[in-house]
Amino acid sequence: MDEKFDAIVIGAGPSGNAAAYTMAKAGLKVLQIERGEYPGSKNVQGAILYSKALEEIIPDFREDAPLERHLIEQQMWVLDDESYIGTTYRSAEFNQEPYNRYTIIRAQFDKWFSKRVQEAGALLVCETTVTNLLMDGNRVIGVQTDRENGAIYADVVVLADGVNSLLAKKAGFHAELEPKDVALAVKEIHFLPEETIQSRFNIGEGEGVVIEMAGKITQGMMGTGFLYTNKDSLTIGVGCMLSDFKQQKITPYELLEKMKAHPAIKPLLAGGEMKEYTAHLIPEGGYKAMPKLFGEGWMIVGDAGMFVNAVHREGSNLAMTTGRYAAEAVIDLKEKKLPMTAANLARYQGRLEDSFVMKDMKKYKNMPEIFHKNNHFFTTYPELLNRAAHTMLTVDGVDKKSKEREIRKSFKQRRSLFGLMGDAFKMWRAFE
Amino acid sequence: MIPVKIEEKLFQNRYRVDAGRPHINIINQETCRVECKTQECTVCCPAGCYTAEGNGQVVLITDGCLECGTCRIICSTHRNVDWEYPRGGYGILFKFG
Repeated sequence: MDEKFDAIVIGAGPSGNAAAYTMAKAGLKVLQIERGEYPGSKNVQGAILYSKALEEIIPDFREDAPLERHLIEQQMWVLDDESYIGTTYRSAEFNQEPYNRYTIIRAQFDKWFSKRVQEAGALLVCETTVTNLLMDGNRVIGVQTDRENGAIYADVVVLADGVNSLLAKKAGFHAELEPKDVALAVKEIHFLPEETIQSRFNIGEGEGVVIEMAGKITQGMMGTGFLYTNKDSLTIGVGCMLSDFKQQKITPYELLEKMKAHPAIKPLLAGGEMKEYTAHLIPEGGYKAMPKLFGEGWMIVGDAGMFVNAVHREGSNLAMTTGRYAAEAVIDLKEKKLPMTAANLARYQGRLEDSFVMKDMKKYKNMPEIFHKNNHFFTTYPELLNRAAHTMLTVDGVDKKSKEREIRKSFKQRRSLFGLMGDAFKMWRAFE
Repeated sequence: MIPVKIEEKLFQNRYRVDAGRPHINIINQETCRVECKTQECTVCCPAGCYTAEGNGQVVLITDGCLECGTCRIICSTHRNVDWEYPRGGYGILFKFG
Protein backbone atom coordinates (compact mmCIF):
# COMPACT_ATOMS: atom_id res chain seq x y z
CA MET A 1 0.00 0.00 0.00
CA ASP A 2 1.83 3.11 -1.22
CA GLU A 3 -0.88 5.64 -0.60
CA LYS A 4 -0.81 7.87 2.45
CA PHE A 5 -3.73 8.32 4.80
CA ASP A 6 -4.89 11.26 6.88
CA ALA A 7 -5.15 8.90 9.84
CA ILE A 8 -4.56 5.28 10.74
CA VAL A 9 -6.62 3.80 13.57
CA ILE A 10 -5.27 0.62 15.16
CA GLY A 11 -8.04 -1.56 16.52
CA ALA A 12 -11.78 -1.90 15.89
CA GLY A 13 -13.15 -1.89 19.42
CA PRO A 14 -15.34 0.91 20.81
CA SER A 15 -12.57 3.54 20.95
CA GLY A 16 -11.13 2.74 17.52
CA ASN A 17 -14.56 2.58 15.92
CA ALA A 18 -15.58 5.90 17.49
CA ALA A 19 -12.38 7.53 16.25
CA ALA A 20 -12.55 6.06 12.73
CA TYR A 21 -16.26 6.84 12.39
CA THR A 22 -15.91 10.46 13.50
CA MET A 23 -12.96 11.17 11.20
CA ALA A 24 -14.44 9.36 8.18
CA LYS A 25 -17.74 11.19 8.65
CA ALA A 26 -15.82 14.48 8.46
CA GLY A 27 -14.41 13.43 5.11
CA LEU A 28 -10.94 12.38 6.21
CA LYS A 29 -9.11 9.51 4.53
CA VAL A 30 -9.02 6.89 7.28
CA LEU A 31 -7.50 3.42 7.42
CA GLN A 32 -8.49 1.15 10.28
CA ILE A 33 -6.50 -2.01 11.01
CA GLU A 34 -7.93 -4.94 12.99
CA ARG A 35 -6.00 -8.10 13.84
CA GLY A 36 -9.11 -10.29 14.30
CA GLU A 37 -10.99 -12.19 11.63
CA TYR A 38 -13.77 -9.61 12.03
CA PRO A 39 -14.23 -6.64 14.38
CA GLY A 40 -15.16 -8.05 17.77
CA SER A 41 -13.42 -11.39 17.40
CA LYS A 42 -10.65 -10.33 19.79
CA ASN A 43 -12.76 -8.22 22.11
CA VAL A 44 -14.26 -9.04 25.49
CA GLN A 45 -16.61 -7.11 27.74
CA GLY A 46 -19.31 -7.88 30.39
CA ALA A 47 -21.08 -6.26 28.60
CA ILE A 48 -23.21 -3.24 29.38
CA LEU A 49 -23.64 -0.41 26.90
CA TYR A 50 -24.31 3.09 28.23
CA SER A 51 -26.41 4.81 25.61
CA LYS A 52 -25.15 8.36 26.03
CA ALA A 53 -21.59 7.91 24.71
CA LEU A 54 -22.83 6.09 21.59
CA GLU A 55 -25.69 8.55 21.04
CA GLU A 56 -23.13 11.35 20.76
CA ILE A 57 -21.61 9.48 17.81
CA ILE A 58 -24.52 7.61 16.21
CA PRO A 59 -27.79 9.19 17.44
CA ASP A 60 -30.01 6.61 15.72
CA PHE A 61 -28.04 3.55 16.90
CA ARG A 62 -31.17 1.93 18.37
CA GLU A 63 -32.61 1.41 14.90
CA ASP A 64 -30.35 -1.46 13.95
CA ALA A 65 -27.70 -2.05 16.65
CA PRO A 66 -27.76 -5.57 18.11
CA LEU A 67 -28.96 -4.81 21.65
CA GLU A 68 -29.84 -7.66 23.99
CA ARG A 69 -32.01 -6.25 26.81
CA HIS A 70 -32.54 -2.78 28.26
CA LEU A 71 -31.89 -2.71 31.99
CA ILE A 72 -34.74 -2.07 34.38
CA GLU A 73 -33.18 -3.42 37.55
CA GLN A 74 -29.83 -3.20 39.30
CA GLN A 75 -28.92 -5.49 42.18
CA MET A 76 -25.88 -5.25 44.42
CA TRP A 77 -25.03 -8.36 46.41
CA VAL A 78 -22.58 -8.73 49.28
CA LEU A 79 -21.83 -12.40 49.73
CA ASP A 80 -20.33 -14.71 52.28
CA ASP A 81 -19.99 -18.45 51.70
CA GLU A 82 -23.60 -19.34 52.44
CA SER A 83 -25.64 -16.21 51.87
CA TYR A 84 -25.90 -12.74 50.40
CA ILE A 85 -27.34 -9.46 51.58
CA GLY A 86 -28.11 -6.87 49.00
CA THR A 87 -29.98 -4.00 47.50
CA THR A 88 -32.28 -3.89 44.51
CA TYR A 89 -33.28 -0.87 42.53
CA ARG A 90 -35.99 -1.36 39.95
CA SER A 91 -37.92 1.41 38.29
CA ALA A 92 -40.69 1.70 35.71
CA GLU A 93 -38.87 4.81 34.53
CA PHE A 94 -36.17 2.54 33.09
CA ASN A 95 -38.88 1.08 30.90
CA GLN A 96 -39.47 4.38 29.13
CA GLU A 97 -37.78 5.01 25.82
CA PRO A 98 -35.15 6.02 25.02
CA TYR A 99 -33.53 3.41 27.22
CA ASN A 100 -30.40 4.32 29.14
CA ARG A 101 -28.48 1.04 29.39
CA TYR A 102 -28.45 -2.23 27.50
CA THR A 103 -26.73 -5.57 27.73
CA ILE A 104 -24.84 -6.33 24.53
CA ILE A 105 -22.77 -9.17 23.08
CA ARG A 106 -19.56 -7.59 21.92
CA ALA A 107 -18.76 -9.79 18.93
CA GLN A 108 -22.10 -8.79 17.41
CA PHE A 109 -22.07 -5.20 18.58
CA ASP A 110 -18.55 -4.44 17.33
CA LYS A 111 -19.38 -5.94 13.95
CA TRP A 112 -22.40 -3.64 13.70
CA PHE A 113 -20.41 -0.57 14.81
CA SER A 114 -17.73 -1.41 12.27
CA LYS A 115 -20.32 -1.63 9.48
CA ARG A 116 -21.34 1.93 10.32
CA VAL A 117 -17.68 2.99 10.31
CA GLN A 118 -17.22 1.56 6.82
CA GLU A 119 -20.43 3.16 5.58
CA ALA A 120 -19.03 6.48 6.83
CA GLY A 121 -16.12 5.97 4.43
CA ALA A 122 -13.27 4.47 6.45
CA LEU A 123 -11.26 1.64 4.92
CA LEU A 124 -11.12 -1.40 7.20
CA VAL A 125 -8.45 -4.09 6.90
CA CYS A 126 -8.95 -7.19 9.08
CA GLU A 127 -6.67 -10.14 9.87
CA THR A 128 -3.73 -7.76 10.01
CA THR A 129 -1.59 -7.24 13.09
CA VAL A 130 0.34 -4.01 13.49
CA THR A 131 3.77 -5.08 14.71
CA ASN A 132 5.43 -1.68 15.19
CA LEU A 133 4.98 2.03 14.79
CA LEU A 134 7.11 3.60 12.07
CA MET A 135 9.13 6.48 13.44
CA ASP A 136 11.03 9.39 11.99
CA GLY A 137 13.01 10.50 15.00
CA ASN A 138 10.42 10.89 17.73
CA ARG A 139 7.58 11.37 15.25
CA VAL A 140 5.17 8.56 14.35
CA ILE A 141 4.79 8.48 10.56
CA GLY A 142 2.94 5.23 10.05
CA VAL A 143 2.67 1.57 11.00
CA GLN A 144 4.39 -1.70 10.16
CA THR A 145 1.98 -4.62 9.70
CA ASP A 146 2.54 -8.36 9.35
CA ARG A 147 1.42 -8.27 5.71
CA GLU A 148 3.82 -8.38 2.80
CA ASN A 149 5.09 -4.84 2.07
CA GLY A 150 3.29 -4.01 5.27
CA ALA A 151 4.41 -0.42 5.85
CA ILE A 152 1.61 2.16 5.71
CA TYR A 153 1.91 5.90 6.28
CA ALA A 154 -0.36 8.56 7.72
CA ASP A 155 -0.28 12.04 9.24
CA VAL A 156 -1.48 10.70 12.57
CA VAL A 157 -1.87 7.30 14.21
CA VAL A 158 -4.61 6.66 16.78
CA LEU A 159 -3.65 3.83 19.12
CA ALA A 160 -6.87 2.00 19.99
CA ASP A 161 -5.12 -1.33 20.47
CA GLY A 162 -6.55 -2.22 23.86
CA VAL A 163 -5.40 -2.79 27.40
CA ASN A 164 -2.06 -4.41 26.59
CA SER A 165 -1.01 -1.33 24.59
CA LEU A 166 1.97 -3.15 23.12
CA LEU A 167 2.69 -0.64 20.37
CA ALA A 168 3.09 2.42 22.60
CA LYS A 169 5.21 0.33 24.96
CA LYS A 170 7.49 -0.86 22.15
CA ALA A 171 7.85 2.73 20.96
CA GLY A 172 8.91 3.75 24.47
CA PHE A 173 5.87 5.99 25.11
CA HIS A 174 5.17 4.21 28.39
CA ALA A 175 6.47 1.40 30.59
CA GLU A 176 5.08 -2.12 31.01
CA LEU A 177 1.87 -2.41 33.03
CA GLU A 178 2.19 -3.38 36.68
CA PRO A 179 0.06 -6.20 38.17
CA LYS A 180 -1.55 -3.66 40.53
CA ASP A 181 -2.81 -1.60 37.59
CA VAL A 182 -4.90 -4.28 35.88
CA ALA A 183 -7.73 -6.56 36.89
CA LEU A 184 -8.06 -10.02 35.38
CA ALA A 185 -11.64 -10.97 34.60
CA VAL A 186 -12.92 -14.37 33.48
CA LYS A 187 -16.44 -15.06 32.35
CA GLU A 188 -18.74 -17.53 30.67
CA ILE A 189 -21.85 -17.21 28.59
CA HIS A 190 -24.68 -19.66 29.36
CA PHE A 191 -27.60 -20.07 26.99
CA LEU A 192 -31.16 -20.56 28.25
CA PRO A 193 -34.57 -20.10 26.61
CA GLU A 194 -35.70 -16.48 26.57
CA GLU A 195 -38.84 -17.32 28.60
CA THR A 196 -36.81 -19.11 31.28
CA ILE A 197 -34.65 -16.02 31.77
CA GLN A 198 -37.72 -13.81 31.96
CA SER A 199 -39.51 -15.92 34.56
CA ARG A 200 -36.33 -16.56 36.56
CA PHE A 201 -35.51 -12.85 36.85
CA ASN A 202 -39.10 -11.60 36.94
CA ILE A 203 -38.77 -9.52 33.79
CA GLY A 204 -40.71 -9.08 30.58
CA GLU A 205 -39.62 -9.37 26.96
CA GLY A 206 -36.65 -7.13 26.23
CA GLU A 207 -36.16 -6.22 29.90
CA GLY A 208 -32.94 -6.99 31.74
CA VAL A 209 -31.31 -7.22 35.14
CA VAL A 210 -27.77 -6.53 36.33
CA ILE A 211 -26.35 -8.16 39.45
CA GLU A 212 -23.03 -6.84 40.75
CA MET A 213 -21.42 -8.86 43.52
CA ALA A 214 -18.73 -8.36 46.12
CA GLY A 215 -17.54 -10.36 49.09
CA LYS A 216 -16.18 -13.82 49.67
CA ILE A 217 -16.59 -14.88 46.05
CA THR A 218 -13.28 -13.10 45.38
CA GLN A 219 -11.55 -15.08 48.14
CA GLY A 220 -10.03 -12.01 49.78
CA MET A 221 -8.92 -10.41 46.54
CA MET A 222 -9.94 -6.90 45.52
CA GLY A 223 -12.60 -7.42 42.88
CA THR A 224 -16.21 -8.05 41.98
CA GLY A 225 -18.44 -10.57 40.31
CA PHE A 226 -21.30 -9.96 37.91
CA LEU A 227 -24.27 -11.61 36.30
CA TYR A 228 -26.01 -10.00 33.33
CA THR A 229 -29.13 -11.05 31.48
CA ASN A 230 -28.89 -11.15 27.70
CA LYS A 231 -31.77 -12.05 25.39
CA ASP A 232 -31.35 -15.81 25.52
CA SER A 233 -28.19 -16.11 27.57
CA LEU A 234 -26.62 -15.12 30.88
CA THR A 235 -23.14 -13.75 31.34
CA ILE A 236 -21.44 -14.68 34.60
CA GLY A 237 -17.98 -13.55 35.56
CA VAL A 238 -15.55 -12.38 38.18
CA GLY A 239 -12.63 -9.97 38.05
CA CYS A 240 -9.90 -9.23 40.60
CA MET A 241 -6.67 -7.24 40.65
CA LEU A 242 -3.83 -9.14 39.02
CA SER A 243 -1.52 -8.21 41.90
CA ASP A 244 -3.89 -10.13 44.22
CA PHE A 245 -4.02 -13.15 41.92
CA LYS A 246 -0.22 -13.07 41.88
CA GLN A 247 0.16 -12.73 45.61
CA GLN A 248 -2.45 -15.29 46.59
CA LYS A 249 -1.77 -17.68 43.74
CA ILE A 250 -5.40 -18.26 42.86
CA THR A 251 -6.46 -19.92 39.61
CA PRO A 252 -9.03 -17.72 37.85
CA TYR A 253 -11.24 -20.46 36.43
CA GLU A 254 -11.38 -22.23 39.81
CA LEU A 255 -12.48 -18.94 41.35
CA LEU A 256 -15.23 -18.66 38.73
CA GLU A 257 -16.30 -22.26 39.23
CA LYS A 258 -16.61 -21.80 42.99
CA MET A 259 -18.62 -18.62 42.49
CA LYS A 260 -20.99 -20.42 40.11
CA ALA A 261 -21.58 -23.04 42.81
CA HIS A 262 -22.63 -20.44 45.42
CA PRO A 263 -26.09 -21.39 46.74
CA ALA A 264 -27.53 -18.02 45.65
CA ILE A 265 -26.03 -18.12 42.14
CA LYS A 266 -26.29 -21.77 41.12
CA PRO A 267 -30.10 -21.84 40.71
CA LEU A 268 -29.96 -18.81 38.40
CA LEU A 269 -27.69 -20.67 36.00
CA ALA A 270 -29.41 -24.06 36.23
CA GLY A 271 -30.00 -25.80 32.92
CA GLY A 272 -27.92 -23.36 30.92
CA GLU A 273 -25.53 -24.42 28.17
CA MET A 274 -22.06 -22.88 28.41
CA LYS A 275 -20.90 -21.83 24.96
CA GLU A 276 -17.81 -19.68 25.52
CA TYR A 277 -15.21 -19.03 28.20
CA THR A 278 -13.23 -15.80 27.98
CA ALA A 279 -10.58 -13.88 29.90
CA HIS A 280 -9.52 -10.27 29.62
CA LEU A 281 -7.55 -7.63 31.47
CA ILE A 282 -9.21 -4.42 32.60
CA PRO A 283 -7.01 -1.34 33.11
CA GLU A 284 -8.07 -0.33 36.62
CA GLY A 285 -4.97 1.56 37.74
CA GLY A 286 -6.86 4.85 37.58
CA TYR A 287 -5.60 8.36 37.06
CA LYS A 288 -2.20 7.83 38.68
CA ALA A 289 -1.39 4.94 36.35
CA MET A 290 -2.39 6.72 33.13
CA PRO A 291 0.25 6.88 30.39
CA LYS A 292 1.12 9.90 28.28
CA LEU A 293 -1.84 10.22 25.93
CA PHE A 294 -0.40 12.00 22.89
CA GLY A 295 2.84 12.95 21.20
CA GLU A 296 4.33 13.71 17.79
CA GLY A 297 1.85 12.17 15.36
CA TRP A 298 0.08 9.86 17.83
CA MET A 299 -2.71 9.64 20.40
CA ILE A 300 -3.87 6.88 22.73
CA VAL A 301 -7.58 6.19 23.27
CA GLY A 302 -9.72 3.71 25.23
CA ASP A 303 -8.32 0.87 27.33
CA ALA A 304 -4.79 1.52 26.00
CA GLY A 305 -4.95 4.87 27.80
CA MET A 306 -6.22 3.34 31.10
CA PHE A 307 -9.62 5.00 30.60
CA VAL A 308 -11.68 2.94 33.04
CA ASN A 309 -13.74 4.07 36.00
CA ALA A 310 -13.61 0.91 38.09
CA VAL A 311 -15.94 2.20 40.81
CA HIS A 312 -18.77 2.93 38.41
CA ARG A 313 -18.05 0.02 36.06
CA GLU A 314 -17.48 2.38 33.15
CA GLY A 315 -15.07 1.67 30.32
CA SER A 316 -16.62 1.30 26.88
CA ASN A 317 -18.33 4.69 27.25
CA LEU A 318 -14.97 6.28 28.07
CA ALA A 319 -13.47 4.41 25.13
CA MET A 320 -16.03 5.82 22.71
CA THR A 321 -15.76 9.31 24.14
CA THR A 322 -11.95 9.38 24.04
CA GLY A 323 -12.01 7.99 20.49
CA ARG A 324 -14.36 10.77 19.47
CA TYR A 325 -12.28 13.50 21.15
CA ALA A 326 -9.10 12.27 19.49
CA ALA A 327 -10.89 12.31 16.14
CA GLU A 328 -12.22 15.83 16.74
CA ALA A 329 -8.70 17.04 17.50
CA VAL A 330 -7.52 15.65 14.16
CA ILE A 331 -10.49 17.14 12.28
CA ASP A 332 -9.83 20.52 13.86
CA LEU A 333 -6.16 20.46 12.84
CA LYS A 334 -6.99 19.32 9.31
CA GLU A 335 -9.47 22.16 8.88
CA LYS A 336 -6.88 24.66 10.03
CA LYS A 337 -4.21 22.94 7.91
CA LEU A 338 -2.00 22.51 10.97
CA PRO A 339 0.52 19.65 11.40
CA MET A 340 -0.07 16.73 13.80
CA THR A 341 2.60 17.79 16.26
CA ALA A 342 2.47 17.09 19.98
CA ALA A 343 1.85 20.78 20.64
CA ASN A 344 -1.17 20.75 18.33
CA LEU A 345 -2.49 17.36 19.44
CA ALA A 346 -2.50 18.69 23.02
CA ARG A 347 -6.03 19.83 22.21
CA TYR A 348 -7.04 16.17 22.64
CA GLN A 349 -5.86 16.34 26.25
CA GLY A 350 -7.66 19.68 26.57
CA ARG A 351 -10.95 18.13 25.49
CA LEU A 352 -10.45 15.30 27.96
CA GLU A 353 -9.70 17.69 30.83
CA ASP A 354 -12.82 19.76 30.13
CA SER A 355 -15.10 16.73 30.07
CA PHE A 356 -16.41 14.17 32.55
CA VAL A 357 -13.65 11.82 31.40
CA MET A 358 -10.75 13.41 33.27
CA LYS A 359 -12.95 14.90 35.99
CA ASP A 360 -14.07 11.38 36.94
CA MET A 361 -10.58 9.88 36.52
CA LYS A 362 -9.26 12.51 38.95
CA LYS A 363 -12.15 12.20 41.40
CA TYR A 364 -11.30 8.55 42.04
CA LYS A 365 -7.53 8.84 41.80
CA ASN A 366 -6.96 7.53 45.36
CA MET A 367 -9.43 4.69 45.10
CA PRO A 368 -7.11 1.92 43.85
CA GLU A 369 -4.56 2.59 46.61
CA ILE A 370 -7.16 2.65 49.38
CA PHE A 371 -8.65 -0.67 48.31
CA HIS A 372 -5.22 -2.25 47.76
CA LYS A 373 -4.26 -1.48 51.34
CA ASN A 374 -7.60 -2.44 52.87
CA ASN A 375 -8.71 -5.79 51.56
CA HIS A 376 -10.97 -6.30 54.60
CA PHE A 377 -13.54 -4.34 52.57
CA PHE A 378 -13.73 -7.51 50.46
CA THR A 379 -13.47 -10.06 53.25
CA THR A 380 -14.37 -9.03 56.79
CA TYR A 381 -17.26 -6.68 56.06
CA PRO A 382 -19.22 -9.00 53.76
CA GLU A 383 -19.06 -11.70 56.40
CA LEU A 384 -20.04 -9.33 59.22
CA LEU A 385 -22.97 -7.92 57.25
CA ASN A 386 -24.29 -11.35 56.38
CA ARG A 387 -23.93 -12.59 59.97
CA ALA A 388 -25.69 -9.46 61.23
CA ALA A 389 -28.62 -10.07 58.88
CA HIS A 390 -28.70 -13.72 59.90
CA THR A 391 -28.72 -12.81 63.59
CA MET A 392 -31.54 -10.30 63.23
CA LEU A 393 -33.67 -12.54 61.00
CA THR A 394 -33.38 -15.69 63.12
CA VAL A 395 -36.28 -15.86 65.56
CA ASP A 396 -34.87 -17.90 68.42
CA GLY A 397 -36.12 -16.43 71.68
CA VAL A 398 -33.19 -14.02 72.10
CA ASP A 399 -34.37 -10.43 72.61
CA LYS A 400 -33.54 -7.86 69.92
CA LYS A 401 -31.44 -5.64 72.16
CA SER A 402 -29.15 -8.56 72.95
CA LYS A 403 -28.94 -9.35 69.27
CA GLU A 404 -27.92 -5.77 68.48
CA ARG A 405 -25.30 -5.94 71.19
CA GLU A 406 -23.96 -9.17 69.70
CA ILE A 407 -23.72 -7.61 66.22
CA ARG A 408 -21.94 -4.51 67.55
CA LYS A 409 -19.53 -6.74 69.44
CA SER A 410 -18.76 -8.82 66.34
CA PHE A 411 -17.89 -5.68 64.36
CA LYS A 412 -15.63 -4.34 67.12
CA GLN A 413 -13.95 -7.69 67.62
CA ARG A 414 -13.08 -8.04 63.95
CA ARG A 415 -12.12 -4.46 63.18
CA SER A 416 -11.77 -2.58 66.55
CA LEU A 417 -13.46 0.76 67.14
CA PHE A 418 -10.56 2.68 65.62
CA GLY A 419 -10.54 0.33 62.67
CA LEU A 420 -14.21 0.96 62.01
CA MET A 421 -13.81 4.73 62.30
CA GLY A 422 -10.72 4.63 60.11
CA ASP A 423 -12.55 2.60 57.46
CA ALA A 424 -15.44 5.05 57.43
CA PHE A 425 -12.98 7.91 57.01
CA LYS A 426 -11.11 6.15 54.21
CA MET A 427 -14.34 5.45 52.34
CA TRP A 428 -15.38 9.07 52.72
CA ARG A 429 -11.98 10.22 51.42
CA ALA A 430 -12.10 7.79 48.53
CA PHE A 431 -15.51 8.89 47.30
CA GLU A 432 -15.21 12.57 48.26
CA MET B 1 -11.96 -26.52 45.79
CA ILE B 2 -14.07 -27.82 42.93
CA PRO B 3 -11.99 -29.72 40.37
CA VAL B 4 -12.10 -27.86 37.07
CA LYS B 5 -10.93 -29.17 33.73
CA ILE B 6 -9.79 -26.11 31.81
CA GLU B 7 -9.70 -28.15 28.60
CA GLU B 8 -13.48 -28.60 28.82
CA LYS B 9 -13.99 -24.83 29.03
CA LEU B 10 -11.57 -24.06 26.20
CA PHE B 11 -13.24 -26.74 24.07
CA GLN B 12 -16.24 -24.40 23.73
CA ASN B 13 -14.06 -21.69 22.17
CA ARG B 14 -13.14 -21.14 18.55
CA TYR B 15 -9.46 -20.91 17.61
CA ARG B 16 -7.37 -20.72 14.47
CA VAL B 17 -4.04 -22.04 15.70
CA ASP B 18 -0.91 -20.81 13.90
CA ALA B 19 0.77 -24.22 14.03
CA GLY B 20 4.47 -24.10 14.79
CA ARG B 21 4.46 -20.32 15.36
CA PRO B 22 3.64 -19.66 19.02
CA HIS B 23 3.06 -15.95 19.68
CA ILE B 24 4.35 -16.21 23.25
CA ASN B 25 7.73 -17.60 24.23
CA ILE B 26 9.62 -18.05 27.46
CA ILE B 27 12.80 -16.02 27.00
CA ASN B 28 15.10 -18.09 29.20
CA GLN B 29 14.05 -21.52 30.48
CA GLU B 30 16.79 -21.46 33.10
CA THR B 31 15.32 -18.32 34.72
CA CYS B 32 12.04 -20.16 35.34
CA ARG B 33 13.77 -23.33 36.52
CA VAL B 34 16.43 -21.81 38.76
CA GLU B 35 15.56 -18.24 39.69
CA CYS B 36 11.75 -18.13 39.83
CA LYS B 37 10.47 -19.67 43.04
CA THR B 38 6.85 -18.60 42.62
CA GLN B 39 5.99 -19.44 38.99
CA GLU B 40 2.66 -17.57 39.13
CA CYS B 41 2.15 -18.13 35.40
CA THR B 42 1.51 -21.81 36.11
CA VAL B 43 -1.33 -20.90 38.49
CA CYS B 44 -2.83 -17.65 37.19
CA CYS B 45 -2.99 -18.11 33.41
CA PRO B 46 -6.76 -18.25 32.80
CA ALA B 47 -6.26 -20.73 29.96
CA GLY B 48 -3.82 -22.98 31.84
CA CYS B 49 -1.16 -22.58 29.13
CA TYR B 50 1.74 -22.88 31.58
CA THR B 51 2.53 -26.13 33.37
CA ALA B 52 5.01 -26.61 36.21
CA GLU B 53 7.00 -29.78 35.66
CA GLY B 54 8.44 -31.82 38.52
CA ASN B 55 12.01 -30.78 37.68
CA GLY B 56 11.21 -27.06 38.08
CA GLN B 57 10.83 -26.52 34.34
CA VAL B 58 7.90 -24.45 33.04
CA VAL B 59 6.26 -25.72 29.87
CA LEU B 60 4.25 -23.33 27.70
CA ILE B 61 1.67 -24.43 25.12
CA THR B 62 -0.10 -21.44 23.60
CA ASP B 63 -2.86 -23.25 21.66
CA GLY B 64 -5.60 -22.35 24.18
CA CYS B 65 -4.35 -18.80 24.79
CA LEU B 66 -7.06 -16.17 25.29
CA GLU B 67 -4.57 -13.35 24.52
CA CYS B 68 -5.27 -11.53 27.78
CA GLY B 69 -1.70 -10.58 28.74
CA THR B 70 -1.76 -11.98 32.29
CA CYS B 71 1.42 -14.06 31.95
CA ARG B 72 3.48 -11.15 30.62
CA ILE B 73 2.41 -8.69 33.32
CA ILE B 74 2.47 -11.17 36.20
CA CYS B 75 6.11 -12.03 35.40
CA SER B 76 7.09 -8.65 36.84
CA THR B 77 10.24 -9.78 38.67
CA HIS B 78 11.99 -11.61 35.85
CA ARG B 79 10.28 -10.17 32.75
CA ASN B 80 10.87 -13.52 31.11
CA VAL B 81 7.89 -13.64 28.75
CA ASP B 82 8.25 -12.60 25.12
CA TRP B 83 4.67 -11.71 24.24
CA GLU B 84 3.30 -10.70 20.84
CA TYR B 85 -0.15 -10.88 19.33
CA PRO B 86 -0.65 -13.77 16.90
CA ARG B 87 -0.38 -13.07 13.18
CA GLY B 88 -3.45 -11.34 11.81
CA GLY B 89 -6.47 -13.68 11.72
CA TYR B 90 -4.91 -16.34 13.99
CA GLY B 91 -5.44 -17.18 17.65
CA ILE B 92 -8.65 -16.95 19.64
CA LEU B 93 -11.75 -15.97 17.66
CA PHE B 94 -14.46 -14.97 20.09
CA LYS B 95 -17.98 -15.92 19.01
CA PHE B 96 -19.60 -13.75 21.67
CA GLY B 97 -16.82 -11.92 23.52
